[in-house]
Formats: sequence, structure tokens, C-alpha cells
Amino acid sequence: MFAANSIAEYLDQNVAWLNGCGYWVAALIHALLLIHVFALSPFAFIWLERKVSGRIQDRLGPTRVGGLFGWLQSLADGIKLIQKEDLCPPAADSMLFRSAPYIVCVASFAVFMVLPFSHGWVAVAADCGLFILLAILSLEVFGIILAGYSSGSKWSLFGGMREAAQMVSYEIPLAICALIPVIAAGSLNLGEIGEMQRGGFWNWFVFHDPFTFFAFFVYFVVATASCKRAPFDLAEAESELVGGFHTEYSGMRWSFFFMGEYASMFAVCGVASVLFLGGWNTGLPFLDDALSSARLNGATGAGPWAAGYLANVLGAFVFVTKASFGVFVQVWLRWTLPRLRIDQVITTCLKYLVPISCFLFLGATVWPLVLLQVSQTTTLTAPLGDRFGGALGEARLRGSVPAASVSRAQAASVSVSSVGEVAR
Amino acid sequence: MTGHSFLFTVFALSTCLSAIAVVISQTVVRMAFWLIISLGSTSALFFLADADFVGAAQLLIYVGGTLVLLVFGVMLTASGPYLKIATAPGETIIAGLAGLMFLMIVFGSIQAVDWTGGSAPEVSRQRDVASAVSSGNTLRPIGLSLLGLRVDGASDSDGGIEAPGYLLPFEIVSVHLLVVLIGSAYLARAKRSRQSAGGNVSVA
Repeated sequence: MFAANSIAEYLDQNVAWLNGCGYWVAALIHALLLIHVFALSPFAFIWLERKVSGRIQDRLGPTRVGGLFGWLQSLADGIKLIQKEDLCPPAADSMLFRSAPYIVCVASFAVFMVLPFSHGWVAVAADCGLFILLAILSLEVFGIILAGYSSGSKWSLFGGMREAAQMVSYEIPLAICALIPVIAAGSLNLGEIGEMQRGGFWNWFVFHDPFTFFAFFVYFVVATASCKRAPFDLAEAESELVGGFHTEYSGMRWSFFFMGEYASMFAVCGVASVLFLGGWNTGLPFLDDALSSARLNGATGAGPWAAGYLANVLGAFVFVTKASFGVFVQVWLRWTLPRLRIDQVITTCLKYLVPISCFLFLGATVWPLVLLQVSQTTTLTAPLGDRFGGALGEARLRGSVPAASVSRAQAASVSVSSVGEVAR
Repeated sequence: MTGHSFLFTVFALSTCLSAIAVVISQTVVRMAFWLIISLGSTSALFFLADADFVGAAQLLIYVGGTLVLLVFGVMLTASGPYLKIATAPGETIIAGLAGLMFLMIVFGSIQAVDWTGGSAPEVSRQRDVASAVSSGNTLRPIGLSLLGLRVDGASDSDGGIEAPGYLLPFEIVSVHLLVVLIGSAYLARAKRSRQSAGGNVSVA
């Protein structure tokens, strides 16, 4: 009964009165779940930001609102923001001014479509998931530039210009650093990349080779900058630009920018955890093996489906913990480091981060060839070919990949390796 | 009307209507905004056709790259608060004529295509690719054909290796773009360094 690969398939097979409309119902369920992720992650992280900053700066943070540790503070903020008047300055281009927050929100919400939360828990399991994700992340800038331009204010315009310069330059090292684990994995499918890192934390791509190890830290710095977080938050520098691009905004439209910001912080940290930190895998071999066998048994009907489902829930918990830890580090950085100047931000990117990431990229491509010459393997810890074959075989058991495509992939890899031999 | 064709209609309409809005609106940045909607809807059409790589490339290159540069250029160069482009009536007529002629060309080519379905051998050749696409496996065929390994069975014999693939033309184009980039950076730099050198001399 629970052997279906997706909600849509399950509804089409088992719920007769839906009449083939299972696709729409499944899309609705996915959208509702993701909207809750999108809305609740800022709720939690804004509270976290206040508490962490309070601790770092020797203050208490919120205590009065809500019960334990003032956890209702974000809700109180939300109620306050909803009640505020929706202002539009007369000098602003009202249509662009009003629509800019929605672009930010939609872009950072759409990122969650392709982000896998656990084994197979993804709304759109696209084969080039990482590529789609990077493409959607690059749209968020547009809303901020439009907000800065259309406000009709000097501060906003400067903030928007800084943001445009910063984002256009930081997108390059972000994409290059995200490609380095892709080279190690040989796939752009985020689900596949996460599944390849199963069985022990030494299989995580951060420990795959020295280049991916350094690429993780470069990625994290660049991702922090691409979320325009301190020390890279020149676009909204309060002390010099009042509020940067959001100077003229108030109420809900203002808070849309911040919901987008916190959600995209969670998204880039989630990508970091899938690409480098093993995604939903615990990193302990005995636990990982038990969980994956429970999933496999649940999916094929050999064991109880509830165990497989619980394994997935645990996987989602592990994933969210890893991503939230990334967000915590970003918050920690914000309240520890002073803000950079705009020329320092651009210099850091163009003179240091881009060359470093290009070097790491080249190193990651050469690394397997060097290992092949020295020790006749392509990876240090485990042969990637075996692991990949295992993942494909498991997928074939679950029935999501037809047998023909597996054999075709094997045939393709054989012929590619024969090309390599001919070239040598 | 199936769900697929309903979504197709929605996105096709939003593509066309916002393309019209690009032409009608007077402010450059508003045009850019409508262009985002139009190009984004086009990429949604690609996603609907299971061509997710092309759709993502459309989003990344046109919306995330080109349009951001466009608005950035407007912000840096505009003399007034909102840059406007007023079209003269004569220009409107000429542009309308050109658009009408292009529409006729497109309409002619649409009429010339036989939409009822391909011939039998072609369909059987494409069935393999279709099954790969329906299982979400869209990227590997593109990557393999870049290397010269066609999995859609375009080769006549055993599906083996043919030609050098698309990798060589792709590399040539990317090296060409890099040359253009370095050249423009050099041209932009040369002027500034001469001026600053002159300034130093006068100060000394």
C-alpha cells in the first residue's frame, strides 16, 4: 500500500474518486508542506538570532513574550508587522515598489521545491536539481535591485547598486564551489548526491579529498555573502545607508524581505549539508545501514512500512539539524565580525574567492587522475563506482529507475572508460 | 482539458501578455520587470516539456544574468530618477510592420509542420529517450551526447560513438567569450591607468 514512489502515484492508484486528479492533490500537499517550511524557518531563526545575539553581546534576548525562552517573540513581531500601515512613498514607482517583495519571497520559496529533506522527500525530483536551485537562487537578487531602484530614495538606490555588484560577483564562486562536490559525485541530482554519502562520515564529500574539504569553507563564506548576511551586509548597512534597499518599506512588505532572507539562509545551508555534509545520513555506519535497510524493506514490502517512514522522518530531522547548525554559524558570524567596506567585499570576492575556487575546481578534477596513477584507485576511502552501482541497484529494486536505464548507464560507463583507454 | 494543457495555457498566456507589456510600458526598469515574467514563464514552459536543463539554463542566463546586468546598467547610467523611452509614432508604425512580418513568417512555419506525429521509425527511436525522461533521468543523455555518445539512438548502427560530440564547439564558444571578456576588461582599464599616470606627473 505504501510502496508507491510519490504521493501522486499513490493517489492515482488507491483513491478512486479523485479520478486521475491525484497529480493536482499531490502538488497541493507538496506546496502546503513547503509553505510551512518557508514560513516556520524564519519564525525559528529570527528567535534564534535574537537569543544568540543576546548571549554574544551579554544581553538576555527575548524573555517576556511567550513561555519558555520567549519563543513566541517571532509571532509577536509578525502580529505587529501585519498591523502596520502599507506605505508607498510618492516618489516611488508604485507598481515595482509593491511587487519587489513578492519576487524575493517567490524566489526563496521556490528553492525549496528541489531541495531534498530526506531520502526521496523532495517536491520535484529533477535530474539537474542543483542547477535549477542555483538558477532560482540567482533570481532573488532581482527583487532587491528592483526594491532599491523603485523606492525613489538615494539610500535605497545605493543599497540596490551595492547589492547588484555584490550578488553578480559572488554568484561565480558560489556556482564553482557547488560544482566541486558534483565532480566527486558525478551527478547533479541532489537526491543521488545525498544517497552517495551513506555509510559513515568519512564518505561525506567534505572528507572526499583535500579540495572538497577547502571548498566547503569557501562555499560557506560565499553562501553567507549571497544571503547578504554580515559581514557582507553592505546593501543594508544601517549606520551609513539607513536601511539600504528596504529604507522605504514598512509592515508586511518589509518583513517579506526578511522572510526571504532567513529562508534562503536555511536553503543555502541545506544545500551545503546535502553537497558536503552527507545530507540526511547520520554519519555513523551502523545507524546508516540500519536506516537504509529499513527504508528498503518498507519500500519493497519486505518489512513494516512504518519503520521505513520513521527512518525517513529521522533522516529529515538529521538534515534539518545540520542545516540549522549552518544557520547558527551564520548568526554567530554576524554578531562577531565587523562589517566590511564595499570595496573590501568586492576585493574579497574577485581577488581571493574566485581564484581560490577556480584552483580548488581544477584540483578536484585532477585529483582522481593523480590517485589513479599513484594508487590505482579514484577515491581514497571507498571505490565510488561500487557505491554508485549499489545506489542504482537499490533504486532499481524500488522500481523508480527502470532496469533498461540501469543497464544503459552501465553500458555508457563501460564505453566511456574504453574511450579513456583509447585516449591513453 | 488535461492538467498539462491547462498549465501550458496559463504559462503561454503569461509569456505572451507580459511580452506585450514589455512593448507597451515606457520605463526601462518596468520593461525589465515584464521581461522577467515573460522569460520566467518561458522557462516554466520548458519545465512542462520535461526539458528541465534548458529551463534552468533559461532562468540562470537570461533572468538571473542578463536582466540583472540590464537593470544594473540603467542604475549606473541614468541621469534622472526614472529613465523613460518615448517612442515616436513613426517608430511605432515601422516596428509594428516588422512585428507583423515576423508573425507571418512564424505562422507560415507553424502551418508547414505536420503536427499529427512523426513517422514510425522516428517514434521508435525516441521511445528510449521518452522512458528516460519520464523517470526523471534527463541530464545524463545531454552529458553523454556532449562527449559524443548519443543515447537517443541518432547513430545508424549500434548506438556507439560517433563524431566528436558537442564538446568541441561548446569549448570554442566559451573560449571566444573569455577572449571577449578579457579584451573588454583591457579596453576599460587602459584609459583609466593613462589618466592616473598623467595626474601623478602633474602632482610631482
